[in-house]
Amino acid sequence: MAHEHEHGHDHDHHDHGHDHEHAHPGVQADDETAPSDYELRMLAISELLVEKGVISRDQIRRSLERLDSWQPSRGAEIVARAWLEPEFKARLLANGSEAIKDFGIDMGETVLTVVENTPGVQNVIVCTLCSCYPRAVLGLPPDWYRSKSYRSRVVKEPRQVLAEFGTVLPDDVAVRVHDSLADLRYLVLPQRPPETAGWNAEQLAAIVTRDCMVGVINPDPRSRAH
Amino acid sequence: MFAPGDRVRVANLHPPGHRRTPFYVRGKSGVIERVCDPSLNPEELGYGFSGEPRRVLYRVRFAQRELWPDYAGPAGDTVDVDIYEHWLQKTAD
Repeated sequence: MAHEHEHGHDHDHHDHGHDHEHAHPGVQADDETAPSDYELRMLAISELLVEKGVISRDQIRRSLERLDSWQPSRGAEIVARAWLEPEFKARLLANGSEAIKDFGIDMGETVLTVVENTPGVQNVIVCTLCSCYPRAVLGLPPDWYRSKSYRSRVVKEPRQVLAEFGTVLPDDVAVRVHDSLADLRYLVLPQRPPETAGWNAEQLAAIVTRDCMVGVINPDPRSRAH
Repeated sequence: MFAPGDRVRVANLHPPGHRRTPFYVRGKSGVIERVCDPSLNPEELGYGFSGEPRRVLYRVRFAQRELWPDYAGPAGDTVDVDIYEHWLQKTAD
């Protein structure tokens, strides 16, 4: 496996056409609908790999457990530090994968490409072909990110899609969509709200939600729990 | 092969099989935003081949109005797409 660390493309590209992130061989979540052809194929391959001793059920379980442990809070910590430390921000923008090694995150060969929002630019991430997503820093993608609706519309009418998330942008802010199709993974670095002057890293991270780092909304300083 | 700022056109080809260049940019013109490290070719890897030779990956920036002639938003709105070198041709500005 070339991308053991990030668990990146191999897994990403198997997402086509099924809703279950975690179809295991063996114990399954309750599901009344018949499995799709892709799910059946995936289960058959998985069973064969186990039967032939190539991988064990425990290895499968462990990698799913590890994947589930990756949460958007990792990305939020990275953003907060970039807001506080210009030197770190410069390294993050130059080479995201190198910079986040500071946080003990190893993305292997996958290149984390951090795109910065500015007063004139709002960045938004999508993968129109499947569901490529910076899992190492944001965890598993939400269902809407994987939906055909989001994937087909955000590259064609991004302003309408953003408005549906509650983000209405004036015409002098350019919308820059990033279609993630290869070995790059994107993370949006939002603008730090001016109301947050004097906040520490923990306070800042608390307002950096997953959707901010996909770029469909912007951090709301009022959202911090007091 | 290309440098940032070069105008390029995506080949308007429709070969069968696993291709990582989406249909909506085929035949469209854009500008090289960034040159990325060469990587194994996923269009070969997808069939169990080695993926060699590695292909240079580019980030190509397209104006929304180039992609969708009826785009209603401002002229500055763009889509950046990751495209491998073998799909790109240089165009005269």
